[in-house]
Amino acid sequence: MPDQPVTEPQDKPQEEEGRGLSRSIGVRAQGPAGAPAIDGLPPQKKKAREPIFDLEDVQVSYGPKPAVRGVSFDIGRNEITALIGPSGCGKSTLIRCLNRMNDLIPTARVEGRVLYHGQDLYGPGVDAVEVRKRIGMVFQKPNPFPKSIFDNIAFGPRVLGMKGSMDEIVERALTHAALWDEVKDRLKTNAFGMSGGQQQRLCIARCLAVEPDVILMDEPCSALDPISTGKIEDLMINLKQEYSIVIVTHNMQQAARVSDKTAFFTVELDDEEHRSGRVVEFDDTEKIFTNPSDSRTEAYVTGKVG
Amino acid sequence: MSAHSGAVGKASAGRRGKDRGFQLGLLFCVAVSVVLLAVLLVDVVADGVGRLSWDFISSFTSISADQAGIQAALWGTIWLMGVCAAFIVPVGVATAIYLEEYADSTKWWNRLIEVNIQNLAAVPSIVYGILGLAFLVRGPLSLGNVVLAGGLTLGLLVLPVVIIAGREAIRAVPPSIREGSMALGATQWQTIWRQVLPASIPGIATGVILALSRAIGETAPLIVIGAVTVIAFNPTGLDSPFTAMPIQIFDWISRPSNDVNDYRPLAAAGILLLMILLVAMNSVAIWLRNRYEQKW
Amino acid sequence: MEAGATAAAKSRAEAPSLRAARRRWGEDLIKAFLILAAFISILTTTGIVVSLVGETISFFGEVGVGDYLFGTEWSPLFEPASFGVLPLVLGTFLISAVAMLVAVPLGLAAAIYLSEYAHPRVRKIIKPILELLAGVPTIVFGYFALTFFTPEVLRGLFGSDVAIFNGISAGIIIGFLIVPTVASISEDSMSAVPQSLREGAFGLGAAKLQVTMRVVFPAALSGIVASVVLGFSRAVGETMVVVIAAGLQPQWGLNLFKAMETMTAFIAATGKGDIPTGSIEYKTIFAVGTTLFVITLIMNLISIRFVRKYRQVYE
Repeated sequence: MPDQPVTEPQDKPQEEEGRGLSRSIGVRAQGPAGAPAIDGLPPQKKKAREPIFDLEDVQVSYGPKPAVRGVSFDIGRNEITALIGPSGCGKSTLIRCLNRMNDLIPTARVEGRVLYHGQDLYGPGVDAVEVRKRIGMVFQKPNPFPKSIFDNIAFGPRVLGMKGSMDEIVERALTHAALWDEVKDRLKTNAFGMSGGQQQRLCIARCLAVEPDVILMDEPCSALDPISTGKIEDLMINLKQEYSIVIVTHNMQQAARVSDKTAFFTVELDDEEHRSGRVVEFDDTEKIFTNPSDSRTEAYVTGKVG
Repeated sequence: MSAHSGAVGKASAGRRGKDRGFQLGLLFCVAVSVVLLAVLLVDVVADGVGRLSWDFISSFTSISADQAGIQAALWGTIWLMGVCAAFIVPVGVATAIYLEEYADSTKWWNRLIEVNIQNLAAVPSIVYGILGLAFLVRGPLSLGNVVLAGGLTLGLLVLPVVIIAGREAIRAVPPSIREGSMALGATQWQTIWRQVLPASIPGIATGVILALSRAIGETAPLIVIGAVTVIAFNPTGLDSPFTAMPIQIFDWISRPSNDVNDYRPLAAAGILLLMILLVAMNSVAIWLRNRYEQKW
Repeated sequence: MEAGATAAAKSRAEAPSLRAARRRWGEDLIKAFLILAAFISILTTTGIVVSLVGETISFFGEVGVGDYLFGTEWSPLFEPASFGVLPLVLGTFLISAVAMLVAVPLGLAAAIYLSEYAHPRVRKIIKPILELLAGVPTIVFGYFALTFFTPEVLRGLFGSDVAIFNGISAGIIIGFLIVPTVASISEDSMSAVPQSLREGAFGLGAAKLQVTMRVVFPAALSGIVASVVLGFSRAVGETMVVVIAAGLQPQWGLNLFKAMETMTAFIAATGKGDIPTGSIEYKTIFAVGTTLFVITLIMNLISIRFVRKYRQVYE
């Protein structure tokens, strides 16, 4: 569903610059009640905010130098939390901590506490494989497996030993990802034959098939065209009714369109003259884009700084 | 101005001549190699094609050149290749998986393994024969001059080929596939077994065929471990004495020919048969690569 | 169905245990097996070294080291036996030198041509031909040397001064055998030279010959040297061509038109017979084998060093 920029009449010159900006980039002032319902998902209910992630002074280093430090905020249940900021400020590094994907990099080191439902993700005895069963990830460049569409989706359930009819599991996942109608007649064809946008929705469906609790998205639309981007944004808004979503994005307007909370990152020189990322501000999306507390945030969201 | 351009014109003509001469010289050198190969092939075919027949394949060797055939050597070679393949596929692929997926390349022992494999690939093949003689045929294992010893010796010789080809095939699988799999909650081995290996199989298969192509023509190691040259039966098991095609060919080359018995056509026919087998194996490798190669 | 799926997800979220249900024994077992497999390559080298060194030490229990290394008479199977290895080493080096005289110009020419001059369609024909040359078993080259090259070519040129078994025929044929080795590694090395270097030289007005020989060739030098060293190592280790075509008479002299024996030929000829374990003949196999192994090991390590150097510069 494409966003219509709301045009303001010109007879309100005293209006704050921020508010005018927020209108022109189409911030949703209300909740997503207006979004089209997708088959099978219950309608949105208002409930109290429940944090599922609690980050306490998290710092990630590759080798001796920290890439991002001093990260402390929480991520709420059934919300979309956006991580925004310029390149190189550690957003991707941080999101990869949330499902222990940084374990795959030998020199990576995580300090601080990452609490998931109250448990420290990096505590002793925690199995990274179990973590990833519950916290899924969609990557920047769609990475379907060189197999059929069906086998792509079925891979996760099979290796996790999920019970049930694989046909039903695949259909359900593809439906949740708004892809079923497009591919239901060619489930056995190779996934590489799909367009970029379809491949990314396939990756989302693949993630959904293992029934995660949280979905992490690392710039999921940056390699896609605007129409595919729009479809995935609509998908995200529907998915948050059942899942909690964290998204890294370079696209401010996207963050403003879809997210409930936003964390703004920036790069700073620390005491030893090293560049590292940190969170400047974390708040409701609307506040970040209309009335940010920090001047650096304001500079970024108004486009003064890149 | 015009004086200058005249001088420049002359120099470039001379230089162009030198260029052309050089290029022709290079082409001539390439042609020499091509011509030699052609003459070699023609010579072998001319000497041997007359003798290549079903009788040749189905007869055993004999003093009488007219009656001799290559059956025992052919079956010996087939048995040897079987043992060789049974050894190099699991060991070579496992080593390649370890080096690419598990080994931390900053650790000295892993780099030692890598350098060691590179070195083994360049050790003269006859040294592998000595190794086989000392450890497999005699010494600790004392298997004797049997198929198992011969197959393992050849296997050790060509193992580096499989390891190197396997590593390249595994390395060609993009990291994004592994990330995608692990992000779903698959373990490292599940990722390797269900994603990385299936995608690497065409490259690995090509490597195995390349390795067997080398092994099939190797004579020196088999001589040293004591493959017998006069055998008139096919191998019956891993503990059978054996001969092999290169050994049989060598035997026929070494026998002086006289008026009664001319062994040269036998040797040439054996060579022809060996080359036919090689062409067949390499064609399969090329077909495999074209049909199944994964384009990322 | 939907409610069941949501309920499952909710229950997993509400009481998540992040510990594995049971320790993953399978993963550890598999890793152990893989390490074991990788260890076989170490075992191979260890086996080679142990077997060679062990028997060689035993050999030197019976034969003096000085006699072996500096003696010029090799007749271990005669009475009285003489164990000077120099004739074998000389034979090996003479034949290998001849081989390099053939392989280096032809191999480098092919490499330069393929890398700098060849039309893509010509490349598509010549590269497979070189691969075919590389794939021919050495026994076939031996046959060709004995039955065609010596009688037809050498005797045709030099008459019957040429013995039926001679060193130069083996040397030349081994040279051709090695051309693909020299050509492919050198071509790799030249192709790795960045195009910008060539363009820079062309931009200054240099002709193709100068660009090739004064810019690309020097830039690719370490890879080219590696290919030559590796080629020489292969020539030294080559067995079948010399066994068939060069004869089995060790010679302390420089006459390439006579029969000569190399280290590899001696090992093959001796190993062919049924030698009792522990006899002096058995031990000579290992002594000569050690000499051969050490020489090729040194050359291989030098070559690996050069390959690493050229790979590092451009990658």
